[in-house]
Amino acid sequence: MSPLFLFLSFVALISALGVVFAKNPVHSVLFLILTFFSLSGHYLLLNAQFLAAVNIIVYAGAIMVLFLFVIMFLNLNVDTEPHKPALAKIAAAVAGGSLLLIMVAAMRDVHPAGYDAATFNSQIGMVDQLGLVLYRQYLLPFELASVLFLVAMVGAVMLGKREVGERHF
Amino acid sequence: MIELPALGWQSIVIFVVFAVSLLIATYCTYAERVIAAFLQDRVGPDRAGPYGLAQPLADAVKMFTKEEFFPGGANKALFVFGPCLAMITALMSSAVIPFGNNLTFGNNAFFLQGIEVNIGMLWIFGVVSLGVYGVMIGGWASNNKFSLLGAVRAASQNISYELAMGMALIAVLMMSGTLSLREITLQQSVAGEWHFWNIVKQPLGFIIFCVCAFAETNRTPFDLPECETELVGGYHTEYSSMKLGLYLFAEYVNIFVVSAVMSVLYFGGFNFPFQYELRDWFVNSQGWELTSAQNLITILGTLGLFAKIFGFIFFFMWIRWTLPRFRYDQLMRLGWTILIPLAVINILITGGLILFGVIQ
Repeated sequence: MSPLFLFLSFVALISALGVVFAKNPVHSVLFLILTFFSLSGHYLLLNAQFLAAVNIIVYAGAIMVLFLFVIMFLNLNVDTEPHKPALAKIAAAVAGGSLLLIMVAAMRDVHPAGYDAATFNSQIGMVDQLGLVLYRQYLLPFELASVLFLVAMVGAVMLGKREVGERHF
Repeated sequence: MIELPALGWQSIVIFVVFAVSLLIATYCTYAERVIAAFLQDRVGPDRAGPYGLAQPLADAVKMFTKEEFFPGGANKALFVFGPCLAMITALMSSAVIPFGNNLTFGNNAFFLQGIEVNIGMLWIFGVVSLGVYGVMIGGWASNNKFSLLGAVRAASQNISYELAMGMALIAVLMMSGTLSLREITLQQSVAGEWHFWNIVKQPLGFIIFCVCAFAETNRTPFDLPECETELVGGYHTEYSSMKLGLYLFAEYVNIFVVSAVMSVLYFGGFNFPFQYELRDWFVNSQGWELTSAQNLITILGTLGLFAKIFGFIFFFMWIRWTLPRFRYDQLMRLGWTILIPLAVINILITGGLILFGVIQ
């Protein structure tokens, strides 16, 4: 294990814990961005440059900006946040705990296949290789996903269309 | 010979790029005021030093010695973190810009570029999209409604214009077939052939990219986040001393980087017309060696790139002192109903032209 891997894992774990334990929601969001960055670092270590860049663009650059945007508007803090009943807390703990149990149980028997250094293609994570795989082996799922995005986009435009009649802004 | 750290000569390039970005940003503050004065038929700063050239230094001293003020109820950590983040994200993107071709000394080739990666364009795009965090965090942490409004405006503006910017980039990508900025530059000039800069093949894409670049750097006519007629000072209303200085400085670093990106993507980067003819002239008529002639061309190319960058910086300032600011709904309408459809049409046209072999 390289020191860089250890460092990135350390940052990823600490910031992921920070997301959960931070009192202030804005701090939580910032910790989450830091987590995404360390995950991108992991992708880079795996030579998956495209995935690393896209992870930053999509998650850190777009989705988290919207998160922060919403949280700033809601201005959540300790005083205004409704206290959840004890039952809900217990239920959340049980659900989360059982998910953890299942994940640990599932991962326990996994033996990583490893790779043969002689035949391993180090360019596998590059943009062109990824494109070839997507457009040759996984063309149908890829196109279906893009249709899904198109539907979502049309839906958003429909929702955002100006309504006929009186305007309130 | 002193042993350099792991990156070797690249660390020198990175350090020089860092220093040059800061130097150019410093003198942008001076240039902005001189150009403003010129366009408004005034004298401009001329007190500090000859022609006022020491003005940026005087400003820096003023910024550093002013009182540091923390507004009541502000989130102190994030209040300090905001300007730092703005500066970091502004400086990060210059890492992948090719400032010149390679210099050859003996058997060693030195590339005048921080890091050459084949995701250069995605890196630029990612870092530009992160730039908004500095503004958002600073605006929110100030605990001031005007700052918050500025921050929210910055966020929605950046997200809106990022889409059109990305689509304008995709059209360039379709032609180049690579994400590496160095490769894109080299493709724009090939020895012995008529090769045009991308601006000839992508005029519409360039206009879209340029408008989005103005929006992403929060320059007039898109400076709604710091609109002083509506929001006092926008996101930096509560900032003083060097923290305010960092925000203003980050804006100029952003302008420098965006100008460099536009020069590289659309205006041939470090290429200049007749460079190969000039090289051959030095080799054939003057009896130079090929490597030294190539080195000279590289240095001239770097100077040429900086000339293009300065041209764009002047363009940014010219626009600022010429056009009035948009209204907020006009800004949103321009982004969503004009630029994005135009960018889609641009992609379709580019795809069609590539399919029928008109451009490649």
